[in-house]
Amino acid sequence: MSLWVDKHRPRDLMKLDFHKDQAIRLKNLVQQSDFPHLLVYGPSGAGKKTRIMCLLRELYGSGVERLRQETMNFTTPSNKKIEIMTVSSNYHIEVNPTDVGIHDRVVIMDLVKNIAQTHQIDSSGQREFKVVILNEVDDLTKDAQHALRRTMEKYVATCRLILIANSISRVIPAIKSRCLTIRVPAPTESEIASVLHIVCKKEGLSLPSDLAIRIAKCADRNLRRALLMCEACKVQQYPFTADQKVSEPDWQLFIRDTASMILSEQSPKKLGDVRQKLYELIIHGVPPDMIFAGLLKELVLNCDMSMKSKIASYAAKYEHRMRLGNKPIFHLEAFVAKFMAIYKKSLEECIGDMF
Amino acid sequence: MRHCNLHCVTTTKKKPPAPWVEKYRPKTIDDIVDQGEVVQVLRECLSGGDLPHLLFYGPPGTGKTSAILAAARQLFGDITRDRVLELNASDERGIQVVRDKVKAFAQLTVSSTRPDGRPCPPYKLVILDEADSMTNAAQAALRRTMERETRTTRFCLICNYVSRIIPPITSRCSKFRFKPLARDNVIKRLREICEAEGVDVGNGEILHQAVDTCEGDLRRALTALQCCQRLLGKITAEGLIEVTGLVPEKLVNEYLSVKNYSELERFIENFLKEAYSAFQLLDQLAMIVVNAGQLTNKQKCTLAVPLLWLTIIHNDQNISVEVSDNEVGAH
Ligand SMILES: Nc1ncnc2c1ncn2[C@@H]1O[C@H](COP(=O)(O)OP(=O)(O)OP(=O)(O)O)[C@@H](O)[C@H]1O
Ligand SMILES: [Mg+2]
Repeated sequence: MSLWVDKHRPRDLMKLDFHKDQAIRLKNLVQQSDFPHLLVYGPSGAGKKTRIMCLLRELYGSGVERLRQETMNFTTPSNKKIEIMTVSSNYHIEVNPTDVGIHDRVVIMDLVKNIAQTHQIDSSGQREFKVVILNEVDDLTKDAQHALRRTMEKYVATCRLILIANSISRVIPAIKSRCLTIRVPAPTESEIASVLHIVCKKEGLSLPSDLAIRIAKCADRNLRRALLMCEACKVQQYPFTADQKVSEPDWQLFIRDTASMILSEQSPKKLGDVRQKLYELIIHGVPPDMIFAGLLKELVLNCDMSMKSKIASYAAKYEHRMRLGNKPIFHLEAFVAKFMAIYKKSLEECIGDMF
Repeated sequence: MRHCNLHCVTTTKKKPPAPWVEKYRPKTIDDIVDQGEVVQVLRECLSGGDLPHLLFYGPPGTGKTSAILAAARQLFGDITRDRVLELNASDERGIQVVRDKVKAFAQLTVSSTRPDGRPCPPYKLVILDEADSMTNAAQAALRRTMERETRTTRFCLICNYVSRIIPPITSRCSKFRFKPLARDNVIKRLREICEAEGVDVGNGEILHQAVDTCEGDLRRALTALQCCQRLLGKITAEGLIEVTGLVPEKLVNEYLSVKNYSELERFIENFLKEAYSAFQLLDQLAMIVVNAGQLTNKQKCTLAVPLLWLTIIHNDQNISVEVSDNEVGAH
């Protein structure tokens, strides 16, 4: 039994439930084989991957849905062996180069060349090129991004890249200049609500509109999250009622808890407790930039304007440093410590003013 | 699995469909738009002059790779395969490769006639594209090879940021800065290509916009036009903004008119969920500040400096020089 998110994933461009105009345009785009590489970007849960799989089906027919998983082996210049998981069909291959950390360049270099050079024998009037999907390109090292540049130009006739990113801010200009950039905004709350209705109808369930709207509001414009929450609601209680409990994702509550801990007391001891919490979040795979954003949002609630902007700029600073380094915990903790210092000082000044 | 390919500038038989940028990549140096100085030097080599070591630098999509590839093809014709070694950032170019492959290639002796007896240049050409991603150690090794093999080998280094190339190399090369292409020339080129593709551009107004959105990057302009055409069936102003990832003016104005933190928070949350690029917004803001008529120069500086810093920190690259040049010009 599969989750609703997978079970009801649209497979045809024309069956996508939102950004329909864009779907039609993409269909036009691939009518001819001379389109450029694509850079598809949007927040998580906006349906980038679904859209891309539909696009591949449009290109190659249902053969692309026969997927196999393989591990591929590469050797770095320093003779280190690395392994990476790939998902592929006869027509395309997908990898997550960031899985191998700083060796991502090696994977990109070898993979794209291999694919491009094993030219497809054109038997059935199929396309002349294969597709390589690279995930999380905004997290690629600069080296890896540079390695893509000339490769993208050289092999464009036999290999089209589809690059996926959450934001194009961190993609180097030279790559942007070689791609068609396709923005996939997160669905709005009402779009999410209507997808929930469609899915429930397919499941033969009746979903009260109020509940659909409440789930949509909670899901932070993330469709995957909304569907998971809706399915969880169904497990908790069916028939649905308009006012039944919608549980937020655990980690959101967890971040909120952590924030109130920070606000309750500013001391080295508390900082130690907070560190434990942060570790737990990281271990459970919550992306550190989301921890930053979540904490910031909660922490500034009670601050005045000048403090808000001060704290926001510190958050930006520490988040930036985190991206340059590779131990998120240090930077998260540094931010919390900084916040505690500022907050405590302002409390003391406040009290001082009262006397 | 690891090997260093000898990349060659070959002419394939029947070409599979490729995007316009590749289809209209200059075939000869006379097709290169602008960059007069470089073209002049290359033209002299073609008519028998000697080729110096070259260093091309400048922003993306201004013809660096195209220029050297076209020149190589014209110089060597059907023996390009034997005479040209092209290595780019996707090839292994560590110190070992420079010591072995590049050196071995550089040491080959060549004659000044082709197999069929016609004359040809008495040297080989090593093209190191995207050289700014080479390590300093590899560059140092390269420098020694360059010194030793000048008799039979010419080097052409290409990069976006010249500051990433070590001085002993830059001082051995004739340096050419590829400037962002001039407006009118880009428009002319785009018009020719649109004509060849049978695309209607009306009175050409739309081409002006295409040029504005891509800041002298012809590749970006061409990609934008082709995508717009394929996606929408015609080229429109909004289409161009969308395919180039610009932030629509309406949103920029909305950002400028937020009044307090909670409004700002709401704006940013929505902005990011709509997947617009924050960096792009900063970029556009900087342009607005620079072009704002009602501000004094001093005010402009005060506003522009933090924006620039953000941009630089963000980009982590040396784009500052270029931007501040523009700034000074605007004053
Ligand atoms: N000066 C120019 N004249 C004619 N066409 C150009 C010129 N500059 C760019 N183009 C067009 O843009 C495409 C890309 O140009 P090119 O590969 O030479 O850029 P580049 O300067 O090497 O960029 P990068 O720094 O990103 O490698 C070419 O295929 C061509 O279609
Ligand atoms: Mg180039």
